[in-house]
Amino acid sequence: MAYSEKVMDHFRNPRNVGEMKDADGVGKVGNPVCGDIMELYIKVKDETIVDAKFQTLGCGAAIATSSMVTEMVKGQKLEDALKISNSMVAEALGGLPSQKMHCSVLAEEALQSAISDYRKKKGE
Amino acid sequence: MGRIYLDNNATTPVRPEVAEALARMLKGCYGNPATLYCIGQEAHVELEHARDVMAKILGCNREEIIFTSGGTESDNIAVLGVARANRKKGNHIITTKIEHHAILNPCKALEKEGWQVTYLPVDEYGMVNPEDVERSITSGTVLISIMHANNEVGTIQPIAEIGRIAKAHKITFHTDAVQSFGKLSVNVDELGVDLLSASSHKIYGPKGVGLLYVRKGTKILPIMFGGHQERSLRPGTENVPGIVGFGKAAELMAAEGPAEEARLLKLRERLWEGIKANVPHVKLNGHPTMRLAGTLNVIFEYVEGESIILSLDEHGICAASGSACTSDSLEPSHVLAAMGVPPEKSHGALRMSFGRENTEEDVDKVLEALPKVVEKLRSFSPIYKDFLKQQTA
Repeated sequence: MAYSEKVMDHFRNPRNVGEMKDADGVGKVGNPVCGDIMELYIKVKDETIVDAKFQTLGCGAAIATSSMVTEMVKGQKLEDALKISNSMVAEALGGLPSQKMHCSVLAEEALQSAISDYRKKKGE
Repeated sequence: MGRIYLDNNATTPVRPEVAEALARMLKGCYGNPATLYCIGQEAHVELEHARDVMAKILGCNREEIIFTSGGTESDNIAVLGVARANRKKGNHIITTKIEHHAILNPCKALEKEGWQVTYLPVDEYGMVNPEDVERSITSGTVLISIMHANNEVGTIQPIAEIGRIAKAHKITFHTDAVQSFGKLSVNVDELGVDLLSASSHKIYGPKGVGLLYVRKGTKILPIMFGGHQERSLRPGTENVPGIVGFGKAAELMAAEGPAEEARLLKLRERLWEGIKANVPHVKLNGHPTMRLAGTLNVIFEYVEGESIILSLDEHGICAASGSACTSDSLEPSHVLAAMGVPPEKSHGALRMSFGRENTEEDVDKVLEALPKVVEKLRSFSPIYKDFLKQQTA
């Protein structure tokens, strides 16, 4: 098993890391028993994700996919952000080892969950 | 950047004297030891010298040593070979939950063939209770296989005590001594074992070589078939250069004796004391005293092991999360699980195992890097954030 240089870059220097206290939507996925927990925060303005942050407990791939997904969603319309799939995240990272693909699934789920949290809060 | 290699339980660097012995054999001694002319006999002499070295270390006869391709093959021959040779006598095997997969998986294969296997529990330190062994014996038990020292946490099992129980019940007793051979005393009579597995690459020898000690009179069948080499129990032309290298490595370990173990123990304790003083929320895995001198397994709560390993690698430090053989697997360690460590904690385990190239300076460099690495990973760990909030609430 080996990680791509891009995965290692996002692991070493995770983008958009930290808690967002005034987030409009929060997605929490994974559980400590599996060893992966991802929390994704989004700030939304006019149906557009204007900022995204994350906090993640997990392996190199979990941290890198969290970092990558926050980069991918910034500036995206919510409807477009919902189209971001796990394989798109993995692809953007130059691929993931097969046994680590579930981490990209986690990133997709965290994003979906953050958006639905936002919509719920808005009363949609 | 100089590398600090702290994964000596996974494998060890070949030491220079061993590399020289290997090169000498590869360049100038290519004969097949089964042949009668001079170059064959030269190889035969080299092979038998290595066998003598092993016999001396194990306190056995040279005929009782079978050279193999490594620890996994030795373990497989022991489990499958003894089981098949004793099929008429019974169909029960006793082992433990913390064995290497080279024992667990042949046992699982036998279960599919109708064998009963008892996987004994261990206590919180990873120790087997000899009374549990005795209680599990049935009239159909044909083999007890219990590892000498555990590869992940280093806990040393009471093999001699279990050996007495096995002997009293006349049951064949095997120990996987891959992690202890060359480090602890492995006299087969003192341990009371009928079979013992060892591996070359854990003691600064080449990879692809191991041995199985088989006490004279032990009922065992081969699992591979071919020529008459190694008493037909391991057919195939012997890996003569590898075996010579293994012999040299074992000879050097035996000459160093307990002094090197004492040195490693000092390094290990220096590291553990430093970790305890500089990193909060850590827990030691393994027995406090009955443990391999070079093995330190620590849980760093609120972080995940692989992310620590990748970060340490950035600092030129090589360590492991579980055993190397399971690092591709996402399952939490079966050893820590057997010790009662819940999965959410065992994901944060880091194994650092020392070897002859490590120095005090290495330990100090690790102590410089490790607290920063853990702090960084905790800084964006959602469960650490929740923990801190609970603390202040």
